[in-house]
Amino acid sequence: MANPLYSARRRRSLLAMTLCVAATGFGLMWLVMILFTLFWNGIAGISAEIFTQMTPPPNAQGGGLLNAIVGSAILTALGIGVGAPIGILAGTYMAEYGRHSKLTDVIRFVNDILLSAPSIIIGLFVYGAVVIPMGSFSGLAGAIALAVIALPVIVRTTEDMLLLVPTPLREAAAALGMPRSYVVRWITWRAARTGLITGLLLAVARVSGETAPLLFTALSSQFWSVDLLKSMANLPVTINNFINNPDPNWKRLAWAGALIITLAVLSLNIIARSLAARSNEK
Amino acid sequence: MTSPIKLDVRHLSFYYGGTKAALKDINLSLATNEVTAFIGPSGCGKSTLLRVFNRMFDLYPNQRAEGEVLLDGQNVLSTDQDVNLLRSRIGMVFQKPTPFPMTIYENIAFGIRLYEKLSKSDMDERVEQALRGAALWDEVKDKLTASGLSLSGGQQQRLCIARTVAIKPEVILFDEPCSALDPISTAKVEELIDDLSDRYTIAIVTHNMQQAARVSDKTAFMYLGELIEFDDTSKIFTSPAQQRTQDYITGRFG
Repeated sequence: MANPLYSARRRRSLLAMTLCVAATGFGLMWLVMILFTLFWNGIAGISAEIFTQMTPPPNAQGGGLLNAIVGSAILTALGIGVGAPIGILAGTYMAEYGRHSKLTDVIRFVNDILLSAPSIIIGLFVYGAVVIPMGSFSGLAGAIALAVIALPVIVRTTEDMLLLVPTPLREAAAALGMPRSYVVRWITWRAARTGLITGLLLAVARVSGETAPLLFTALSSQFWSVDLLKSMANLPVTINNFINNPDPNWKRLAWAGALIITLAVLSLNIIARSLAARSNEK
Repeated sequence: MTSPIKLDVRHLSFYYGGTKAALKDINLSLATNEVTAFIGPSGCGKSTLLRVFNRMFDLYPNQRAEGEVLLDGQNVLSTDQDVNLLRSRIGMVFQKPTPFPMTIYENIAFGIRLYEKLSKSDMDERVEQALRGAALWDEVKDKLTASGLSLSGGQQQRLCIARTVAIKPEVILFDEPCSALDPISTAKVEELIDDLSDRYTIAIVTHNMQQAARVSDKTAFMYLGELIEFDDTSKIFTSPAQQRTQDYITGRFG
C-alpha cells in the first residue's frame, strides 16, 4: 500500500524531471540544427584549395580562403598576445596582492561591465581611438579591438582560477620565507596553471569568431594582407561579405569558412575542458 | 634543569581588526630545544598565537599585534624585522598537508634555494638528509621526481616537515599537524617531533590532549584569548593549579 504523500511527491518529481529534460532538449535542438546546417552547407566547400588559394573575385570559379585564414590567425594571435599578459597580471593583482582592497572590487565591477559590453561598441571605440587618428583601417586596429574583448575574459578567469588555490598553500610558501612575488610565480601560478591555460583558450575561442569589432577596424581584404597598417583579411568579415552576395562560389566559400571557424572554436573548447577535467582529477 | 629562553612573549595582545582582542596580554617563554604544547578549546587563540610568532598574520591587512615577541632577545614584531628572514628562522607546519605543485625533490630543494646556493651534489645530499630527518626517505627515494601531490596524506605531511627542516630553522611551529592524519601517520609524526626536539625549539598546537601529554615538555592551557596556565606538562596533566585547566583536561568543558 503506497503512502499517498509519497506517491504525490513522486508524481511531482516526475513532472519536474520531464520539464528539465524537455528544456535541455529544446536548447540542444538548436545547437544540433546549427551544426547540422553548417556541415550540410559547408562540407562541400572544404577542399585543399581553401587552405592554399586566395579569396576569388566575384563571379569567378574556385579560389580559397588562405588570406582570410592567415589574417584571422594573425589578428587573434596579436589580440591574445596583447590581452593575455595584461589580463593575467591584472587578475593576479586582484587575487594575490589586492584581494582585500577596494580597488579590486572596483576593477571587478568595471571588468564585468566590459565583459558583457556588445562587441560592436568595442569596435566603434577602437574605430574612434585608432582608425580615425591613423587615417585608415588596419590589422593593428583589429588586433587592438580583439585584445579589448579578450582582456575582461582573461582577467575574470585568472582571478577565479587563482582564488581556487587554497590559502594554506600560499601560507605554507610564505612560511618558508618566500617573498610574495616568488609565491605567485612558483606556487600559485603553478597550482592554477591548467585553469589559466583554459581561460586563455576560451578567450581565443571567444575572439576568433568576432565579426562586429573587425568591421570597423581591420575591415577585410580580398588580397594577401599581412601588413598590420593596412586593412587585413579575416574569416568572420569575409564570411559576412560573401554570404550576402548572390555569387554561388562566394556562398560556398562563406559556408566553408563558417565551418572552419566553428570547428576551430569547438576543438579549442574541447581542449580547454579536457585540460580542466584532467587537473580536477589530480 | 632550565634551558635558555629561545622565544620570549611579553604582554602580547592581538586583534583581528576592531578592538576585540583575540589574545589578551600573553606572557610566556619557550625554552631552547624544548617542546611546548598549546591546548584549549576551539577559538581560544592558540593558533593565533603561533601565527604571531612567524608573523603569518602580516599577510592580512587589519590584523595587528601589540607587545613583544623576542627571538634570542630581538623583537620580531618590530617594523625593521624582515619577515622573510624571520620565517626562515621560524618554520611552520600546517594542519592540512600543503605539498607544492612540483616534484618531491623540488618541494624540498625550492626552500633551500631561497637562501643557499648549493652544487647539485650538495643539494642532493641536503634533500636526502631532510627526507631522512622526516622519516620519509625510504618511502620516496625511488620516486623523487614524482609529484608531491601523489603521496598519501601522512607522507605529504612528513614531506612538509622535511621541507621545513631542510632550511635549518631554529624554531618549528606545528599547527595541529596530525588532525588530518590517520592514527599510524599520527604516530609517525609524533615520533618525528620527539626526534626533532633534540635540535629544535618546538611549539605545537593540538586538540588532542594525549598528544600534548606524549610529545611536550611544557604545556600552555589557553581559554578565550588568555593564557590560563603554563607549566611542566607532567604538572598540568596531574595537578593543575587552576580549576579551569582541571575541568578542561578532564573533559568537563571545551
